[in-house]
Amino acid sequence: MACSGCGCKERVNLLEVYPEKRRALDEYIDQLPLCEDMERQKGFLIGCLHKAQEIFGYLPLEVQECVGKRLRLQQSDIYGVISFYSFFTDQPVGKYKINVCTGTACFVRGADKILDGFKSALGLEDGQSSADLKFTLSTIRCVGACSLAPVVMVNDRVYGNVTPKMVSAIIKDCE
Amino acid sequence: MLITTPKQLSTLTRELQKQARKAAKTQVLVSMGTCGIAAGATPVFEALKRAVTARGLTDIDVLSVGCVGLCHSEPTVEIVDVATGSSTIYGAVTPEQAAALLDGQGREVKKSWYFPEDEANTENRMQARIVLRNSGRINPERMDDYIARDGYQALATALTGMKPEEVVDLITASGLRGRGGGGFPTGTKWRIAAAQPSKEKYLICNADEGDPGAFMDRAVLEGDPHAVLEAMVIAGYAIGASHGIIYVRAEYPLAIKRLQLAIGQARERGLIGENILGSGFAFDLSIKYGAGAFVCGEETALIRSIAGMRGMPTFKPPFPAVSGLWGKPTIVNNVETFANIPAILRKGAAWFKRIGTPGSPGTKVFCITGKIKKVGLIEVPMGITLRDIIFGLGEGIRNDRKFKAVQTGGPSGGCITEKHLETPIDYDTLKTLGSMMGSGGMIVMDEDDCMVDVAKFFVQFTMDESCGKCTPCRVGGRQMYRLLEKITEGNASLADLDTIRDLAQTIKTASLCGLGMTAPNPVLATLACFEDEYRAHVVDRKCPAGRCAKLITYTIDPELCTGCTLCARKCPTGCISGKVKDAHVIDQTTCIHCGACFDACRFSAVCKK
Ligand SMILES: Cc1cc2nc3c(=O)[nH]c(=O)nc-3n(C[C@H](O)[C@H](O)[C@H](O)COP(=O)(O)O)c2cc1C
Ligand code: SF4
Ligand code: SF4
Ligand code: FES
Repeated sequence: MACSGCGCKERVNLLEVYPEKRRALDEYIDQLPLCEDMERQKGFLIGCLHKAQEIFGYLPLEVQECVGKRLRLQQSDIYGVISFYSFFTDQPVGKYKINVCTGTACFVRGADKILDGFKSALGLEDGQSSADLKFTLSTIRCVGACSLAPVVMVNDRVYGNVTPKMVSAIIKDCE
Repeated sequence: MLITTPKQLSTLTRELQKQARKAAKTQVLVSMGTCGIAAGATPVFEALKRAVTARGLTDIDVLSVGCVGLCHSEPTVEIVDVATGSSTIYGAVTPEQAAALLDGQGREVKKSWYFPEDEANTENRMQARIVLRNSGRINPERMDDYIARDGYQALATALTGMKPEEVVDLITASGLRGRGGGGFPTGTKWRIAAAQPSKEKYLICNADEGDPGAFMDRAVLEGDPHAVLEAMVIAGYAIGASHGIIYVRAEYPLAIKRLQLAIGQARERGLIGENILGSGFAFDLSIKYGAGAFVCGEETALIRSIAGMRGMPTFKPPFPAVSGLWGKPTIVNNVETFANIPAILRKGAAWFKRIGTPGSPGTKVFCITGKIKKVGLIEVPMGITLRDIIFGLGEGIRNDRKFKAVQTGGPSGGCITEKHLETPIDYDTLKTLGSMMGSGGMIVMDEDDCMVDVAKFFVQFTMDESCGKCTPCRVGGRQMYRLLEKITEGNASLADLDTIRDLAQTIKTASLCGLGMTAPNPVLATLACFEDEYRAHVVDRKCPAGRCAKLITYTIDPELCTGCTLCARKCPTGCISGKVKDAHVIDQTTCIHCGACFDACRFSAVCKK
């Protein structure tokens, strides 16, 4: 897996590099009421992946394996879930996740222009991260602030009534 | 403090009401849902708090409340005189102006739009508040606020005064239909689950709200989370389930936070847990998170998602009410459906039936967005006309453009044109119009919107969100998208329109779940209402609305061009030539129709056709 800290291309094992993060994940799993019934055990998978992604930022193979071991699940079960749900990613993401809303309300109010603005300002395509892992550009389907369309969400912060002119200011806000 | 009997609850309610009357003369309510915060409500809230402290005003209570629905004027602040209940709402408040509001100075919002206290009186007022009765009125993070407004009284009535069958009967009699889209009678569904002999049953609240352009469930969860919890305990009692799960989409962090808080509070008070209010009934609640898959809003997919699998729908029957989560009887209801339950228990089925239409009693919350002047969240009685919503509450189209269509039902719905604006809307009339209620998103479009482009947008959405289980949906959706793309790029023939109709029928009939079955609706509806527009794209290779980039030609009017060279410098392909102070020309062979020159020119010399 590529390094998620400094952006170098070294393959590192996140579990080894960040023992404290591994501990946090273990502690989360420890407090789950795990049971003998395999069917029901699987019900904890998505919650664990949410937690793991919150801790590590993304879900590289070693993290998937770690979750799998603890929940006694097959790697295929885990990867199947990660690839199905758009929220999960096995690629490192930038510190600032710029999500341009392309839901209906935003679409009607010109979200395409906003997306184009970010694409050219950051030199990234939809779904790409910058080499220094500062930014990830992606689209999202409605953040529930449709009345402020078009909307851009940067990490947990929501910007409303965005115009193409505001693009550079939003990027600057991150720095 | 633990509440163990209905009597304790009533005493507490009365006490809190008395305290509230005594405590503050004036309440200052700052609307702080996701949208309010995005519009800048937090600094306004802080400025108001500071102003109150600085002036030493002890009889003013500044509260952070949920969304009131006045999204067009956010951030909003409402100042309520507690004794008389009269209030003034100020809109577009800035932190600098905040202090002046305390002296009654600010931009007032017209009240005709929004009557907060009209649960009792719906005549002559377009809005009626049942689902949103507390949203924007109470601090959603304080359980006492909810209790003071008769919260959990319905639960006490159900648990100690009614048998489970009686609760089911009451909901059946009220005629409440599921607000998640399908409009299935809630009472009927509960009866099926209640009749199952299984000891273990599940109750699920569907808070996945996947329809892009709809946010009413978010508003309820952020503004009045306890109402949903109360309803879930009641429903659990009615069907004999002791486990409840709220499946909420991960894109709603604030709603999740408030739900967690509310569950903790209810647990502490003993309104969730063992032996609730001394009735012997036990109910516990947990939250599960979605992970960004629209199809997981479909109930069987949702159940699989809770079970930790890929969210792929399964064949019905068996219906979840018979065999759902872990193979046990399971009821899935929408957030808004639940939010109606406590009010029905408190006021009775007859009261509920008096609101709305005979076939669809009650109210519906809609999010009106798009090209409308007053975007926002409204709750109206069923049977209101679209004209009243769009031109009454919404005050018409922005920038004085012409109304073209309104899309209801999201990616499963269709569009409704001028012709049908007078139709009273409910579940059944919308279906006759070739659309559907859906979850309640309403996107208003004006003459600048291209209907082919809109249809393409929805098809792209369902194509992306198809779970891939059935070929007609997975492959058919993609082919449908390609055909629409061909049209918007000017490469289609009239035969393609027939292919689209054909393909649409196949997808509708041969898909397993609602996503596939309804995915062609936006195309069929726009094709039915706006065939001319499709033909213009195909035959004349023109986009009448000027949206489809490939079909737009940009030219420079030599009369108007001053030769400022700005456009030539902005053009990404360098296809504009001309000397300084001479008229410029666009080379059509290399133009990529991006419109940069059109946006750049300050002399309106670039024409778009
Ligand atoms: C593709 C698809 C997406 C759906 N999304 C939602 C949703 O986001 N929220 C919801 O409450 N119901 C959604 N539904 C409807 C649910 O399947 C289910 O009918 C509903 O939650 C039942 O609750 P109700 O009876 O209270 O309406 C969706 C259905 C389909 C086919
Ligand atoms: S219709 Fe589409 S979304 Fe539904 S089950 Fe089939 S492939 Fe999946
Ligand atoms: S920007 Fe307008 S005025 Fe200037 S050269 Fe281009 S067309 Fe002419
Ligand atoms: S469509 Fe963009 S926030 Fe809802």
